[in-house]
Amino acid sequence: MAGPDRRLRPAGFDELGLRRALADRILPFLVAAMAFLAALALAGFIGAASLARHWQLGAGSTLTVQVPEPAAPAALGAGSRLDRVLGLLHASPAILHARALDKTELDRLLHPWLGADGATLGLKLPGVIAVRLAPGVRPSDTLRSAIQATAPGTLMERQGSWIRRLSALARSLQACAGLALLVVAAVAAAVVAVATRAGLSARREAIEIVHGLGATDGFIAGRFAARATMLAAIGGGAGAVAALPVLVELAVLAAPFAQSMPVSTGDNPLAAVPAVLWMMLPALPLAAALIGFVTTQITVRRWLRRLP
Amino acid sequence: MIRFEDVGLRYPAPGQAAGPEVLRDIDFTLPDGAFRWLLGPSGAGKSSLLRLMYLAVRPSRGRIFVLGTEVASARRAALPRLRRRIGVVFQDFRLLRHLSAFDNVALPLRLAGRPEGQVRADVTEMLRWVGLARKTEAAPDALSGGEQQRVAIARAVITRPSLLLADEPTGNLDDVQAERLMQLFKEMNRLGTTVIVATHNDQLVYRHPAPSLRLENGRLTGSA
Ligand SMILES: Nc1ncnc2c1ncn2[C@@H]1O[C@H](COP(=O)(O)OP(=O)(O)O)[C@@H](O)[C@H]1O
Ligand SMILES: [Mg+2]
Repeated sequence: MAGPDRRLRPAGFDELGLRRALADRILPFLVAAMAFLAALALAGFIGAASLARHWQLGAGSTLTVQVPEPAAPAALGAGSRLDRVLGLLHASPAILHARALDKTELDRLLHPWLGADGATLGLKLPGVIAVRLAPGVRPSDTLRSAIQATAPGTLMERQGSWIRRLSALARSLQACAGLALLVVAAVAAAVVAVATRAGLSARREAIEIVHGLGATDGFIAGRFAARATMLAAIGGGAGAVAALPVLVELAVLAAPFAQSMPVSTGDNPLAAVPAVLWMMLPALPLAAALIGFVTTQITVRRWLRRLP
Repeated sequence: MIRFEDVGLRYPAPGQAAGPEVLRDIDFTLPDGAFRWLLGPSGAGKSSLLRLMYLAVRPSRGRIFVLGTEVASARRAALPRLRRRIGVVFQDFRLLRHLSAFDNVALPLRLAGRPEGQVRADVTEMLRWVGLARKTEAAPDALSGGEQQRVAIARAVITRPSLLLADEPTGNLDDVQAERLMQLFKEMNRLGTTVIVATHNDQLVYRHPAPSLRLENGRLTGSA
């Protein structure tokens, strides 16, 4: 014996008999189902967000400039039309990057339509300049008129409006997924509240006795919350693990669309799951535990108000 | 100090807002360290009066002071501390059936946050004193009525409360055990605990003469 035992109440001492009262099978199972749904909604949210961002960037900040008769001398200043337009673009602060496509790039671009080398067909191809704009900026009117004065007939084309529509669609999908996430969290809270209420009525007599012996509301709520938090965390973890194969499969399917990552899913499918999602998955049991804790505390404390 | 000022009690009746008054015009004061018998025929309101004192029910009217605290105006958060200073032997024992005799007796000490070493020593000693040294791990359902009553008594006195309320504590005890119990109550009273014992055991009252509160039909008919 190593001196007197200074511990407070034995670990796991179950004075309220909650081990039998707070359903230890059905609650984790229901929370696991909620966590599974939450994982899918979360994947949808993250996926839609990255697609929306991707498309918005593409739609907002790229511009194609076509200069007909690129090699002809410019109307203003010395040099070819293409070189002068390129010079004007480079000088503009709104433009991050401007680059004339070379002949091979042009050929590749036109190959589906022209079949072979465009020049051999004797077509007069325009010079094409790919432009990257600073985010949220449009080319100014002075730049447009300067370009028209230098090389009349030049076309400046923003990416088609369908990309903007896609981006809006992705935003809506993201909002739906977010809403689904909130609904799942609310249902999980309701499930925990119902289980807690059942536990309260099953252990009513024990609670009244312990209350009568001087237990505080905080103590009783804490006993319930400790058990509910543990059960919810187990359920949340199980649901997250169960969702993993589905998420990997979805991520592999989605990988080609999210061009920010190299498409190398052949060797390791786990690599296709976005890093954000990897970080969010452990948050599921934590969120389940938090919902379990807060819901139980509120439910029990409100119920205890009926005792004198 | 225990003081009742013009107290009335109604229980909520099914269907109605409140039932008839089971206690009426209760008015008395007990000094600290008093010993009182609580007497009266069955149904007179003895258990109800004790319930008011151990804060299990609130009066429908009047004011109650328990251990110097006015109960109705006290903050709810202050009541658990007050309850821990009151030991109660319930008429129906009110043991926790999923806990052993040991854990039932240990409960008030653990709720009060006593260290486990002290809990073990005190509870073992207490159970030995009530003659249950060999039943410490038994569940209440495995104990006889008298044994359960002794567990309930042990739980009530284990914290050395300032106020001890006992509701028919000898109902399931034989004479020898009842005598031992009276010695315990008297000893606690000698050490300063206010003790109130509701009983209809006339023999016991006769052998241990003390002032009494007498109830009849919900009214205090004598306090001597
Ligand atoms: N929980 C309760 N609800 C409604 N009426 C009650 C309750 N407890 C006791 N009573 C009534 O209060 C009266 C006094 O009962 P009680 O205090 O148990 O008397 P005693 O302990 O002296 O036998 C009785 O008429 C009884 O029916
Ligand atoms: Mg009674």
